[in-house]
Amino acid sequence: MATLIIPTPLRKFTDGKSVFEASASDVRGLLKALSTSHEGVQKHLFDEAGELRSFIRVYVGDEDINELEGADTKIDDRDEVSIIPAIAGGSK
Amino acid sequence: MSHQFLPLEIHTSAMNDMKGHGEEAFPNECCGFFYGEEKNGVRVVSFAKRIENVKEGDQRRRFEISGKDYMKAERFATKEGLTLLGIYHSHPLHPAIPSEHDLAVAMPWFSYVIVSVEKEGVDHVRSWQLSTERQFKEEIIK
Repeated sequence: MATLIIPTPLRKFTDGKSVFEASASDVRGLLKALSTSHEGVQKHLFDEAGELRSFIRVYVGDEDINELEGADTKIDDRDEVSIIPAIAGGSK
Repeated sequence: MSHQFLPLEIHTSAMNDMKGHGEEAFPNECCGFFYGEEKNGVRVVSFAKRIENVKEGDQRRRFEISGKDYMKAERFATKEGLTLLGIYHSHPLHPAIPSEHDLAVAMPWFSYVIVSVEKEGVDHVRSWQLSTERQFKEEIIK
């Protein structure tokens, strides 16, 4: 099964778990499996249209999926996938 | 109803690190992570770590932390047995109140410490956390 690393701020929705494992063929499938298993996390990952929120990044290994095939990036059971909150802002 | 966030207790060394970073980066914005634990109803910040502001362009009004630095921060917390409690950044020449840009990408649960820096140095520090309605509410700093 592929491994999904949950960032600290979303662990309140995963019963404190930092790692989630599921069988999925692509990133979208793995994130959907997480959302199905832990419903509270869904609204923080996906918008109303079912697309990944703009402030959520996903890495497969050390590669940003935006430089691969986005949520359609293929994965296998050896992959470690990380959910990364975009950290940004500014005074005005 | 008032919010239910735990008060923050920031160790002096961590607070001094965040303030010092804000002053050194002035007039640009600085940023970093802080770590600690939740204990006895208090969110205790024991350690702050400076992170490079990778925002391209004018850094006087913006900051950004790279995805790789975020991953490193999570790994560091796991390795050290600490909890990644939040993010700090500075507001040069502006009050320590979150902007719409801060709100747009904010995550639940994290504490967002803002250091307001004037020309003479740090003016004040406030901390905020996202409510379930996706609005920032202030946290108490003990």
